[in-house]
This record gives sequence, C-alpha cells and structure tokens, in this order.
Amino acid sequence: MSKRENIRIPVSQQPFTVIQPEDTTTIGGTVSVQINEKKISVPLGMTILEACRQNQIHIPTLCHHPDLCIAGVCRICVVDVEGMRTLQTACSFPITTPIKIHTSTPMVRKARRHIIDLLLSEHYGECYSCFRNGNCELQSLAKEYGVDGYTFGHIDKPRYKVDHSSAAVVRDMSKCILCKRCVRTCIDLQEVGVLEAINRGHDTHIGTFLDKPLADVICINCGQCINRCPTAALRANDPSDEIWEAIDNPKKHVIIQTAPSPRAAIGEEFGIEAGHSFTGELNTALRRIGFDKVFDTNFTADLTIMEEGTELLNRLRKVIIDNDSSVKLPQFTSCSPGWIKFIEHFYPEYLDYLSTAKSPQQMFGALMKTFYAKQAGIDPADIVTVALMPCSAKKFECNRPEMKASGFKDIDYGLTTREMAKMIREAGIYLPEMPKSNFDEPFGDASGAGLIFGATGGVMEAALRTVYEIVTGREVPFKNLAIEPCRGFAGVKQASVKLDGCVEQYNFLEGVELKFVVAHGTANAKKVMEMLRKGELSDVHFVEIMACPGGCLGGGGQPIPTNAEIRRKRAQAIYAEDESLPVRKSHENPHIKYIYENFLTEGPCGKLSHKLLHTHYTKRGKFIS
Amino acid sequence: MKSNVETKKRSGPVVFSEYQRSEGIKKALQLGRENILFELKISGLKGRGGAGFPTATKWMLTAAANANKKFIVCNADEGEPGTFKDRVLLLEYPELVFDGIVIAGFTIGAASGIIYLRGEYEYMLQPLEDYLAEMRKDNLLGKNILGKENFNFDISIRLGSGAYVCGEETALIESLEGFRGEPRNRPPYPVDTGYLGYPTVVNNVETLASVSHIVLKGGEWFKKHGTSKSTGSKLFSVSGDCEKPGVYELPWGIKIKELLEIVEAKNTKAVQVGGASGTCIAKSQFDRILGYEDAATGGSIIIFNENRDMLKVLKNFMEFFIEESCGQCTPCRIGNIKLMEGIIKIENGDFTFSYINNLKELGKTMQVASKCGLGQSSPNSFISILENFSEEILHTNGKGKENVKA
Amino acid sequence: MFEYEKNSLTEEIENLVKHYGSDRPALLQILQAVQRKHKYISDFAQQEIARLLNIHPVEVYSIISFYSFLCSEPKGRNIVRLCRTISCDMAGKDKVESAVKRELGITFGETTNDGRITLEFTNCLGMCDQGPAMLVNDKVYTHLNPETAVNILNEVK
Repeated sequence: MSKRENIRIPVSQQPFTVIQPEDTTTIGGTVSVQINEKKISVPLGMTILEACRQNQIHIPTLCHHPDLCIAGVCRICVVDVEGMRTLQTACSFPITTPIKIHTSTPMVRKARRHIIDLLLSEHYGECYSCFRNGNCELQSLAKEYGVDGYTFGHIDKPRYKVDHSSAAVVRDMSKCILCKRCVRTCIDLQEVGVLEAINRGHDTHIGTFLDKPLADVICINCGQCINRCPTAALRANDPSDEIWEAIDNPKKHVIIQTAPSPRAAIGEEFGIEAGHSFTGELNTALRRIGFDKVFDTNFTADLTIMEEGTELLNRLRKVIIDNDSSVKLPQFTSCSPGWIKFIEHFYPEYLDYLSTAKSPQQMFGALMKTFYAKQAGIDPADIVTVALMPCSAKKFECNRPEMKASGFKDIDYGLTTREMAKMIREAGIYLPEMPKSNFDEPFGDASGAGLIFGATGGVMEAALRTVYEIVTGREVPFKNLAIEPCRGFAGVKQASVKLDGCVEQYNFLEGVELKFVVAHGTANAKKVMEMLRKGELSDVHFVEIMACPGGCLGGGGQPIPTNAEIRRKRAQAIYAEDESLPVRKSHENPHIKYIYENFLTEGPCGKLSHKLLHTHYTKRGKFIS
Repeated sequence: MKSNVETKKRSGPVVFSEYQRSEGIKKALQLGRENILFELKISGLKGRGGAGFPTATKWMLTAAANANKKFIVCNADEGEPGTFKDRVLLLEYPELVFDGIVIAGFTIGAASGIIYLRGEYEYMLQPLEDYLAEMRKDNLLGKNILGKENFNFDISIRLGSGAYVCGEETALIESLEGFRGEPRNRPPYPVDTGYLGYPTVVNNVETLASVSHIVLKGGEWFKKHGTSKSTGSKLFSVSGDCEKPGVYELPWGIKIKELLEIVEAKNTKAVQVGGASGTCIAKSQFDRILGYEDAATGGSIIIFNENRDMLKVLKNFMEFFIEESCGQCTPCRIGNIKLMEGIIKIENGDFTFSYINNLKELGKTMQVASKCGLGQSSPNSFISILENFSEEILHTNGKGKENVKA
Repeated sequence: MFEYEKNSLTEEIENLVKHYGSDRPALLQILQAVQRKHKYISDFAQQEIARLLNIHPVEVYSIISFYSFLCSEPKGRNIVRLCRTISCDMAGKDKVESAVKRELGITFGETTNDGRITLEFTNCLGMCDQGPAMLVNDKVYTHLNPETAVNILNEVK
C-alpha cells in the first residue's frame, strides 16, 4: 500500500481501480451476483452501478460523472443489498462477495422519490424559465419518477445572489444541488482549485476562497465545471442578446468566425449523435440568422502556425547560433485562453516560455478590423466580430485590455457552441436540415492543419507539418500526414522528429531531434510545468498545452453532457474532415500566402505581425487579495 | 476562576472495578495476540459508541490485514447530547483507556495509536499529555515495551475542532487526514482502508477501557455480567430530571424503570435513550431493558418529567442535527430541515395529518438512505416523539402539554 | 495588514509546518494553532498555509468553515460558548443566556465593543450532569446560574 501525501481525494472516494486478472477464470477473478433475479458474473471490485449498466439495468445517478471520482453524496442511486440494514449507493459499492441486489423495491423507489422531492424543495426557480430546460438531470429525474407536485414545499426566494462577476462563468447557487461535480472538476480534474464546499449542514454551499466573486479568485474560466453541472447552477456568460441587437442594427457589419470544435459538436444540441460535423449546414444557418459574413477561424489557425512556427524557428536560431540565454525553450503554445490564465496565475515566472502569438480567435479579430475593413471599405467602428468557440475562456480573452490591436476590441463577443445552438433554434432553424454552403471569401479557405487545432495535439501536428517542411523542404515523414504521436487522449504525450537534409537557411538544425510534448487538461499542464521547473524539459523544443481535457473539442462551451466517448467521437469527426480537405498544411493555404504578400509584407513575426498578431502576458500570481 | 469539573471515586462491576495501571498490558504481552483475540471473542464485547459492532471481529480483520502500517484510533469525540462517560474515563481512569490502546496496538500490529479528542475537551489535553509522558518514562510506550522485543508503540493526541459528525468513524479519519469531516463511502471499511489508507481500528473510549479489564480478568469473567446478547456492563450518562445525574456503571439488561429508581427520578414522563440520535421511550414502556437486543444506547439517558414540553425537546434535537449534519448527502442535509419545518408547523397549529405522515415516511427514508449514522439516526427522535406523544403534541394542535392536562 | 505583520505570520506558520509537517494531516493542527493564538485565521494566514502545504486556499477556507471552532473573521479576545443542548437547556440555560446578554450588552454571535468577549452557542459540551455549562476559551464552567456566569465573565480580561 502506498503512502498518500497531499492527495485530496479520500481513499474511499478514489475511483475503484480494479486490476483485472489476466485469466478471468482463475478463482477470485470474478464474482457471481444476483441482480433482480438475474444471475451474472462480474469482475471482482466492479461497482454495482457498472454491473447494472452492463446488464441493461437502469440506475439513476446525479452526483456520479464518468470523468470524476466517486462521491456517493446525492444518494439517488441507492439499491437494496440483501443482508444490509440500510440501502447502498450503487455508484460507490464495489462487488467483492456474491451479493444479491434489488434495484427496484418499494423502499428503493420511495427513497429515490424522496430524494428528488428534497432536492426540488430547495431548487430555486421553475423549469420553464430556466436555460437548461430540456437538458437538466434533475428535471429528467423528476420526470422519470413522476413528480407531480412539491411534497415538501418549494423555495420561493433565492438563497444566494447570482455571481455575474466573471466574464466567462455565471454561478447561480440557488439552483445548486450540491452534487460537487464542479468541485471535483475544479480540484481533481483540472487542479485549479477555485471551488469547494463551504460551511456545513444546511448552510453548505459551493463557494470560492472567502466566498469572493469568481472574478476575484484564480478561476481560469475553462468552464469544465459548466460541462459537468447537472442543473443550471453554472452557466456561461451569454452575449446572444447583444449579438441579436447588432444583427438587427442595419449599420453594423456583423462577422462571425467559427472554430472547428463547435462544428464537430453542435449537432449534439440538435439531437444528433456525437461525431458528426455540420460545417456546411452551419454556414447556411448563420447567414439565415443574419450574419453579414461567415468566416473560418481555421484561416487564422493557419496564420497562427505561420507566426508561432516562425517564432519557434527564430528561438531555435537564437539559442543554437547566437547562444542567447535570454531566449527560452521549449516554446509553449498560446492558443488556449484557459491555459494562458492558468500559467499567469500558477507559473508567472515562466511567461517568457509562452509564444507571443495571439490565439486564432484574436488574430482573426485584429485582421477583420484592419485588413478586411480597409479592403471592404467599412469603418472598423461599425464592424462587430463574433467568435463561435467551444470555450468559455474565450469570453475572458476577448475582453483582455491588451487585445485591441486595431484600436477597437479585436473580438467583440465570444459565443459558445451551446449559445449558438440556442440562437439557431430561436431563429426557427433546425440545423441538420440546412443545405450546405461554403464560407465567405477571402477568410473562408483554410487547411486541414487549422482544423485539427480542435483536438489535443492538433496544434503540434499542424506546426510540425509546416515547420518540418520549411526546414527540410520535404513533407513530414508520416503516412497520410497523420502525425500519430500527436494524437490520442494520453494526458502527456512526448515524441520527436529528426530534422535532416535541411535547406540551406536552416542548416543549423541539421541532425537536431525536434522534441515536443503535448498535454491537455490543466492537471497535466501542471505536470509539464513541474517537469520544466525540475529541468526535465531542457531538451524539448515545443510544448502544446490545452486547458481542457481532450483539447478544444472538450471545451467548456461545448454541448452538455461530455465524457470520454463523446470526446473521442468529436475527435474522429475532426480528423475525418481534415483528411477530406484539399489543402492540409498551413503554409500551402493560398490566402495565407496572399496575406503575407499583400498585407503583412514583412512576413511572419515582422513588425506589423507583432503589432496585430502578437500579445504580451500578465504576471498574476496566486495570491488573492 | 478555575474550571469546576467534578470528579469522584467510583465503583462498578466491570469498568469501575479494581485495576492498576499497566496490569492489562503486562497480561496482554504474556497472553500473545491469538489469546487476546480469543478472550475478546469469548467476552462478546461490542462497540460502546452505540453501533455495537463486535470488537473482536474488528480487531481480527485488522490483525489479518496485510499491510506495512496499521493504526489504532481511539474515538474520544464524544458529542452525542447527554453523553459524558468518556469525559469521566479520560479524566479519572486514563490508565484503562491508554492500556486498552496499547493492547489494541499490540494485538493488531500497529505502531501508533491516535486519540481523537473532541475540541470541547481541550482542557484535558495537558493532563493526558502528562500521563502519556509518564507512560513513556515507564516504558509502557516507546521501544520494546516492557521488554517485549520489537513491540514499539506510541500514542499521540489529536484535537477535534467542534464537529459532532467527526464521531462517525470515517468522518473522524477524514478529519485526522486534514479534510472536512465528511463520512466516507463504505465499503471499503476502515479495517481495510482507514487512516492514510492503512488498516485502522477505530474504537470508542469505553470499548478500550473494557478491553483492559477483559484481557486482565478474562472473557468469561466479563460475560458473567449483562445478558447473553449484551455482555458486560455499560456506563450510562444520566442527565435531565433526576436527583442524581452522573455516570453510572450498570450491567446491560437493566430495566429503564430500575435505572430511574437508582438515579432518583420522579414523575418521569419519558426517557430519551441514546441521546438526540436515540429513541424517546414513554412511561408505558419503562419495562423495556437497556441492551443491544432492545433499547440500544451509547450510554446517553436523558430524563424528562411531567412538566416538560416534548415538542420543545424535539425541536432542540432537530436544531442540533441541522447544525451538525456534515451537509454532503441529500437526505440528511435537506431532510432534517424538512422535519424542522414540520415541527414549526405543529408549533403554529398549522399542519395536516397527511403532511405529518409524509414527514414520518421521509424520516424512514433518511434512516435507510443517508450516508452515515448521523443522517440515519437523526429522524429517530422525530418519529418516536411524535408517535409516543401524539396526544400531547398533535391532538392539541401544537399547543403542547398545558392543553393536555386541561 | 502591515508588511512586518505578514512576515512574522509567515515565519510563525513556517515554524508550525516544521513542527507538524507539510502533509495534509497536519492541516487541522496548524489551523488550530493559529486559531488558538490569533483567535481567527486571516486570509493571509490561510493562503500561507495553503502555499506551504501545497493545497488550494479554498480548501483551507472550506475546512475552516466546516469546523465550528475555527473561524476566518476576527473575534473577541475571549470566546465564550454556552451549551444549548437539551440537558443544559432544561437545567436553566435560558436564564444564564439572558443574564449574560444583559450584562455584556450584546447578543449571541456578537463581540463586545472592547473586543473582550465573543458570545456563541455551542452544542453538547459533555457536561450534561453538571449543567448549565459553558466554555470560556478552553476552560469549562459548570453548574452555572445567572450570577456565577456573569461573575466568571467579569473576571475574563
């Protein structure tokens, strides 16, 4: 047994990891249990919930979430285990002996109904005036158990004030049912540590340090808590009313850019199974809603690759040729705004390692209000830029004071996938039935490299496709351009490519083993940063970090629910779309070439690029004053 | 002004019988682990905290567990309303408790024992630390205790900070580990996965005190007291309406009315057995016996005479649970509030019987669906008081006992 | 808080961490020690403890809010806790309560203007046979009546 130090999860609440014997026929490998007259055999240590689900026996859950450790606090999953005095929670009970389980006795049904009644009695508000109407786990349980009234009354005043302080996340604790999924997400999954249960007994609520507003603590706006909240207690800060207003204002020229991940997931909001991209349908829908131009964020993802890739090559040159010790390696990616705020809070002394390139979203805005405004002959003051993002942190990012390269806000509004779906429904459109159409020119053609930004490892893969080719003059040596070491959902991935046969300009890189690291989720980011702190990354050149598990496709603005299976399917959709595109390398995007020839004429990382497309960071630190 | 906690010379059949410091330890070292477990098994000793789990089983499971570290934790987080026997044991009979911990450590193979002392008892900390220092000086703690090769054991005292729920053994372990005192899911049980993940025995103060006697005088001797299902004797903490409140050692199986006579209670209307989480027993049932087979208790006996308003008593209990619930599980966190709302409605004479029945049903759900003993027992008083005193409480539209007499 | 106060608090907490260790089980003991000395655990102290134990500040605050003997807001120099559980209640807690309130001119949950005393209720003190009882800091007083209770509080500095 290992010694546990500073592990937050109490042992009993850690997910039950069962070491499966190689040969399950050996004694002790499996246990025979009886669930409702059905005799089955399950691996030793499997929970009752898992056993039931495998055998098509439905058990309701609320505090349980497949991404998180077991809590066993809502008690909705109670079942009757023969011989035990009290009911047991199916989610937490490991089967280690041949037990008999009953999942639907009168006592079980009554207990579940009581628990729903109790939760409803304290759950402020009415379903029809709630944005989670139709996608609320408490609501569906009430339906499942036929609740037709408030047995124990219903709270008529909110117990807590709604916290609107954050640009990204709105907290309405009067709707909280204390399942603590957000706590487990924030502390265990993301290791950010902003939310925890405060007080005890009936006064228990989920709060921040000293119950401060969310904007005043070290929240990174990743929104993972929103994705796992079963009710409407947590939601993103929705700007759709302002966007409607801009659309309805004939003077305003409203531009929307769409990121790859929302396109691969928005179908889920319309009842389509995860794993289908709706890029073309979405373009049509957006035009019908009234957006004046529909552009592709992937265009600036390609631009990001050019800027960030060039920055990397510059850093390598300075380190290898000039021996410049002020230049930091590895270079860290900077497109995930959750990650940026994370490093600003938790590792402010390492900000020099970050690429100074803005995220694709912000680059886009900067170009819209300069290059595009000029070309189209529109006053940038009349341009409203909207970004459809899988992300809640983008809302914070677009409000950063430094993001005003053109003199105007680069991006006016960050819109999540969920909010976009809401606007589409409001406009009376059923997305899956829309005819397909293309993006508007000139920012509508993007490469597959920009597209795969949506999955963890995608930025790295896109960068390698370009950097390798620039340096060696050849395509990356991976079949079908799929750089497999970058793909998949391992928490921290490490790999390398050898650079040889370099073109003359880059012969200082001849024979260099280009090493890279990819991590997703801030808990893994923390691991990488600790490796950096210990000097274990001294031979690594490039690190990609995404704040959300799975990368952008698992972002805090994506459709609810989320789990590993859904994230895997979204990734499949993204990679499939990449393969279908004619151009799959950023530097081969003809419009990128055009913009460097006609606007950013000094090339990547030139003066104008630096003014418009690069940014700086703030040392925030962890101290909460 | 100085604290004024009374202490006195006591006597009793088992716990308060003759015992000299370290006698139990010496005997234990002679007997060896197997024999200690055997005597304990014979004795039929059950946990004295209230739940009544057989102590021998708990120890055997931990002794058999394969781990490089084990812990014995003494639960001195006595917080049940009306319970104060552990205070008496720790203040007046520390030798029984500490010897019991050493014996437990020896038997299960633990190298450290921890006393979780409730924050309210902080005034005992120094005397107990002094006592431990004495034990170390006399090699009752430390390395090769009393010459027994490789028996190294020490005891540390950890303070609670004012949370009743930490008396629940897994909440206590969470608290020791530096977390909120929120009970864990079980299984796994502490005997398997306890403090820091190691096999851990958590025993009540009185249980460990009894162990010292059992090891010294034998399981058979212990078993002679009490009943077949409830062996030995019990410390009862008696308070409320009686002439002689205090701690009494009485054999299990004694009738409630006999106990009332001993403590000189007059005009008794009801007895709350087992504290706020126990049951309220009305006069008509005073023939019931105290023991695991009938009215089980961790020792709290609160006596109410004719003049007490039982609704007020119930309200006091519910206030206690609302405040002391850890708040993690739904039935306990919200259920107690709902029962309280019912009490207030009764007070105001603004209730329907069907609503009260709904609340009683809710109470039954809480008893089976709450995560730990606190939520499972908090509705006990609600159910038993309303059932036993429906005439006084419900038939008068909440106007209480004055109307009953009229 | 002045810089020098912060520095001395940091030093104090560092010493506590040296004494109790930097593992999670030390947390409650460290909090108790800070509480004992300062009568509350300031936000600065909470963050220093979190830093040294490598946990999140909100976890420290969460723990403080859970345990009734720990607090994150300043209180009086002396904390008086009157037991309100059933046996003490039946033994005459109400009379003691109103006498104490009258005498100090504050109600329960409040602190006297001179910062001398904070009045609080507490649940069972384990003095049910000798009630009404109260704790003054860590000392326990039993068999209270309105007069003795007030006398005890008047002696508190």
